[in-house]
Amino acid sequence: MDQQKVSILIVDDEFSVRDSLYNWFSVEGYRVDTAENGEEALKKLQEGPWDIALLDVKMPGMDGIELQKHIRKIDKTIVIIFLTAYATVDTAVEAMRDGAFDYISKPVDPDKLSVLVRNAVNHRRLVAENIQLKQKVEELALQDEIVGESPQIKKIQEMIEVVAQTDATVLIRGESGTGKELVAQAIHAKSNRRYFPIISINCGSLAEGLLESELFGHEKGAFTGAQYKRKGKLEMANGGTIFFDEIGNISAKMQMDLLRVIETKQFTPIGSNKIINVDFRVIAATNTDLERAVAEKNFREDFYYRLNVFSIHIPPLRERTADIPLLGYYFLRKYANSMNKKVTEISPEAMKLLTQYDWPGNIRELRNTIERALVVVGKKGRIEPEDLNLLTSHRQDVTEIDSLEDLEKFHIQRVLERTNGNISRSAEILKIDRVTLYNKIKKYNIQR
Amino acid sequence: MPFIDIVPIGKFEEPSLLPLQQTLSQVFRISTRVRHHPIDLSTVYDPIRNQYHSSALLVQLINGLPGDTLKVLGVTELDLFIPIFTFLFGEAQLNGPGALVSGHRLHNPFYGMPDNQALFENRLLKESIHELGHTFGLIHCFTLRCVMNTSTYVEEIDQKSASFCRSCEEGIRRWRNEHLTD
Repeated sequence: MDQQKVSILIVDDEFSVRDSLYNWFSVEGYRVDTAENGEEALKKLQEGPWDIALLDVKMPGMDGIELQKHIRKIDKTIVIIFLTAYATVDTAVEAMRDGAFDYISKPVDPDKLSVLVRNAVNHRRLVAENIQLKQKVEELALQDEIVGESPQIKKIQEMIEVVAQTDATVLIRGESGTGKELVAQAIHAKSNRRYFPIISINCGSLAEGLLESELFGHEKGAFTGAQYKRKGKLEMANGGTIFFDEIGNISAKMQMDLLRVIETKQFTPIGSNKIINVDFRVIAATNTDLERAVAEKNFREDFYYRLNVFSIHIPPLRERTADIPLLGYYFLRKYANSMNKKVTEISPEAMKLLTQYDWPGNIRELRNTIERALVVVGKKGRIEPEDLNLLTSHRQDVTEIDSLEDLEKFHIQRVLERTNGNISRSAEILKIDRVTLYNKIKKYNIQR
Repeated sequence: MPFIDIVPIGKFEEPSLLPLQQTLSQVFRISTRVRHHPIDLSTVYDPIRNQYHSSALLVQLINGLPGDTLKVLGVTELDLFIPIFTFLFGEAQLNGPGALVSGHRLHNPFYGMPDNQALFENRLLKESIHELGHTFGLIHCFTLRCVMNTSTYVEEIDQKSASFCRSCEEGIRRWRNEHLTD
């Protein structure tokens, strides 16, 4: 907030005070005006907005305390500072409980007034920024990213609305690429926790020790390489939501640790003896058959029940093909806009291909297909079948592969398809660990 | 020819005003002179605070200005106040004719430090330029080294220079173009 634009209204029945402060603030570069009583002040406040009001506590007629109440009805954000004689300090303190920013006793030290007003200006700026950010959050929450008209999607949207208003733990089920994180974000954005962060952690992509450190944080020197103290994601999510993606892939020990944290809302960072209290909502997601994992004793039953309070199942895209045209055009508009391309149409032939395709990578694959098509579409103005590159990317023949790396990529793709993108099961079949599999997926840019 | 008048108020030895007179003349490029003006201190003295009311003093200072006086700077050793503030280093009329500066709190011994006459004169000069700057329409400046930067502590006076920043210099030049015909 530029000091030149900050406006200050001085309300005091004593002319000398009004005059002195008027001169003082004028040479400081503020826009200043004065009022000698409450009525005049209210009139000036109704004429336009003011940033700061300096109010004398004791005035004939309407006193400063009563004036503050009237001002709050006109403007909730104005910063109010009381000017008080020593005898009325208690009253000024009382006024602060009613929302005044501060008070200052007459006569005032020039430096104290200078600092106080500078702090008030900063406070005002922060309040204004906060309001702007809240509006932005509201706008983002209103942007419905979950696109679809099918009954399944309508049902999911209704479930999001209902569960967002509660603090219940949510378990989101669905194949890879169906938009589980998007649903988690939508729940958070519509909940009362929306002004606090949503922290996501992919439990499947980290080795156990690393996951523990990521979640709980650590003290400096807690283990080799811990050169600095680091805040864990559980602490970062305080007040907001924590989203555990691929929760089915965590170890038995981590299941037990997390269960304890979720139950007690307390944890201790690695290498610390300090208990940290946290308050967050838990949303978890998985594409693993958790019931089977529980039956096979690979997943703790108590942890499963703690997570599965409210369950949302997202169907794969092939089960809601009616949504494909809508989604196709949604991604077309989104990426055409960001790439500054004048492509507005998907040809009927291209749309036919899109709706007939089985989409093993679900919405993520559809999104990438449209994005890729927009890169190669040229100046045609619409997406044609040849821009989609669907069949060749997925139905590759082994005989056409000419290197060991291509063969490895193809095999990993096939196993992932067979397991519906389940990393643990795929890693088991391939006889490699999950981290190695993730590295290979990244290396070969495999769409899951 | 217009003048910036320097008026000593109370006990202030005239020879000690000479360096101030010369420097102000160079800074504002306007002739300066020391002029005596009757001030009734009894009417501006507050016995409870043992201080002198700055605004009331300023009113007396600008009363009956000679026709060739462009600006007037009152220089005093009296401790100044206005009712709302505990003290003032000085006061000026924004875009008006009068400014006032007090040396009372510019002396090192006031803060329990050894006397330093050169430092005192430097502080008095900076505050004189600062207050006169207001009479030329300048408001407080955010440039830390600029003489128009606000000072509520004596240390802040020491940190700034006795010169205007480019923007404030431009302000003075504009004022001269609008009000003087030299």
